[in-house]
Amino acid sequence: MRTVYLDNNATTMVSREVLDEMLPFFHDRYGNPSSMHSFGGRVARELSDARHKVASLLGADPEEIIFTSCGTESDNTAIMSSLLVKPGKTHIVTSRVEHPAIKVLCEHLAQKGYRVTMVGVDSDGRLDMDEYEASLTPDTAIASIMWANNETGVIFPVEEAARLARDRGIVFHTDAVQIVGKIPIDMKGNAVDMLSLSGHKLHAPKGIGVLYVRKGTKFSPFLIGGHQEKGRRGGTENVAGIVGLGKACELAAASMEKENTYVRALRDRLENSLLAAIPQSRVNGVRDERLPNTTNISFEFVEGESILLLMDQHGICASSGSACTSGSLQPSHVLRAMGVPYTMAHGSIRFSLSVYNTEEDIDLVIRELPPIIDKLRVLSPYWATERGACTTV
Amino acid sequence: MWEYTDKVREHFLNPKNAGEIEDPDGVAEVGSIACGDALKLSFKLDENKRIADAKFKTFGCASAIASASALTEIIKGKTIEEAMKITNQDIADYLGGLPQEKMHCSVLGQEALEKAIDNYRGVSHKKPEEEIVCACFGVTDGEIERAIRQNHLTSVEEVTYYTKAGGGCGNCHDKIQAILDRVLAAKRSEKEPEERPRLSNIQKIRMIEETIEREIRPSLQHDGGDIDLIDVIGNRVLVATRGACATCQASQITLKSFVEWKLKEFVSPDLVVEEVAK
Repeated sequence: MRTVYLDNNATTMVSREVLDEMLPFFHDRYGNPSSMHSFGGRVARELSDARHKVASLLGADPEEIIFTSCGTESDNTAIMSSLLVKPGKTHIVTSRVEHPAIKVLCEHLAQKGYRVTMVGVDSDGRLDMDEYEASLTPDTAIASIMWANNETGVIFPVEEAARLARDRGIVFHTDAVQIVGKIPIDMKGNAVDMLSLSGHKLHAPKGIGVLYVRKGTKFSPFLIGGHQEKGRRGGTENVAGIVGLGKACELAAASMEKENTYVRALRDRLENSLLAAIPQSRVNGVRDERLPNTTNISFEFVEGESILLLMDQHGICASSGSACTSGSLQPSHVLRAMGVPYTMAHGSIRFSLSVYNTEEDIDLVIRELPPIIDKLRVLSPYWATERGACTTV
Repeated sequence: MWEYTDKVREHFLNPKNAGEIEDPDGVAEVGSIACGDALKLSFKLDENKRIADAKFKTFGCASAIASASALTEIIKGKTIEEAMKITNQDIADYLGGLPQEKMHCSVLGQEALEKAIDNYRGVSHKKPEEEIVCACFGVTDGEIERAIRQNHLTSVEEVTYYTKAGGGCGNCHDKIQAILDRVLAAKRSEKEPEERPRLSNIQKIRMIEETIEREIRPSLQHDGGDIDLIDVIGNRVLVATRGACATCQASQITLKSFVEWKLKEFVSPDLVVEEVAK
């Protein structure tokens, strides 16, 4: 059975070109870039190349790039560093819809005595900018707002949020894991102080991430050890991962237009066809301020895990914000923050595409999903088929 | 991804008895859409008062659908009395087990069955004295206590797996812990009187010997008699009398009213003393 992979916000395929670039560094070119001999030194030059490529995609200087192990490490480093360099300040501003790498860390810090403001979103998933601005205080050590939401794809006005923070002398961090490679970013033209990205979301491997730190930003390392990354992140470099990420950034820059034309068109066709074929379905998140690859659709009166497992029978991979798939007993915190009704939240499915998806992939979902929803609705006590409408039992 | 058994997958992909029975003898709905799973169960009895047909409708995940499907299969052909004995563990066992985090799906099935039987009998399922402990999922203290007792739960996390209680905001964790402490303490004290007579044979013989040595022999020897332990068979304590006792006319009274009484008091109330040939 063919796999139709529509879960690219979870992880992506390492592209063939990236893999080919990486392979020599596992066996033939295994030198340590810190070594004095030329066997290691030649590897160091590859790291430098990769750093330039990553910087180029972000419109940053290479020395502003710190390689980490993942997006979570980058996020944690940014928050913890900002608190450590400003020991007198005890307030953190973030949003209610952050990835757990920020959200759970902030909840943890709140228990340690920090004050955390989680700014809300509206029913379309848009950040409440008035609340955000009002929450910035002289005691605020850091504001951290994700650039694009992983579940809905909604893009936040992060450049404006960064400006508001800078005006008040507050460090601004953004978790840009979902947006890098999909929307052009120019760090020279914005006020963002720190930015996290993750390799495996843009066709590089898992286990490699980046924290961008703007020149002049006070920084305290998270991993303390060797002199790697100019002492800002100890630990021998993940050479193959860094080389792969460099290549992936180069490819992302080249395919960004395709992402915004071809992928967007596939996504729109998938979304519109499903909405037309399946009654009582709706899109979660404002449709015109979204990542081009993401759609989050709720199918009323059915449960997400059941949808996923039935799609799995056809090789279709996607995600759900339902309670049963979230690992907790409540639907996703993002959909709850948006006030999506329970009848809709439990039946939410996220499709996230990539440049590797085809028209055939989309055709298959459009063909197979409507009968799946039908089957589950017939089983559901909340769905009366003869009336084609919901009942309240 | 959850590790579901083949049986769960089979009942999820091809559910048995989906639907609703028209004019049912018993019907019930449990759960809610806000909680993420809901189950409507209906059944009909035949002329022998056995469950002739049962149907379900479920809103929920794969294990919720499979649990409901399994439940209908289990209860068909059973009398009401037999059906009442079905527990959530029976549903889970029928499916070859459920992931622990999904046990609440089987609990939902048991609840639906009980409520449907109450509906058939025309009694109210509501127990007004029960108090809502988990406001997020509407779980009462009675439901939590029953899950703890039936499934031998020992932690708040397990209670959440089985009842969902505490799986939302988490504000009720202290209350759940208090119920756990109370039920577990009660279970311990219920057990104790049962445990006393459960002596191993070796323990029993040793205690009989000690009691004879300490409580019985000194008195007998004081009167010029003595006693030997010959054997213990079940609760029968076989002894032989010696010395003055062996020829004493009242030795039977001594054995019954003194020796046996002492052994009953110090070892086990079930013991019977018998005299064997010297």
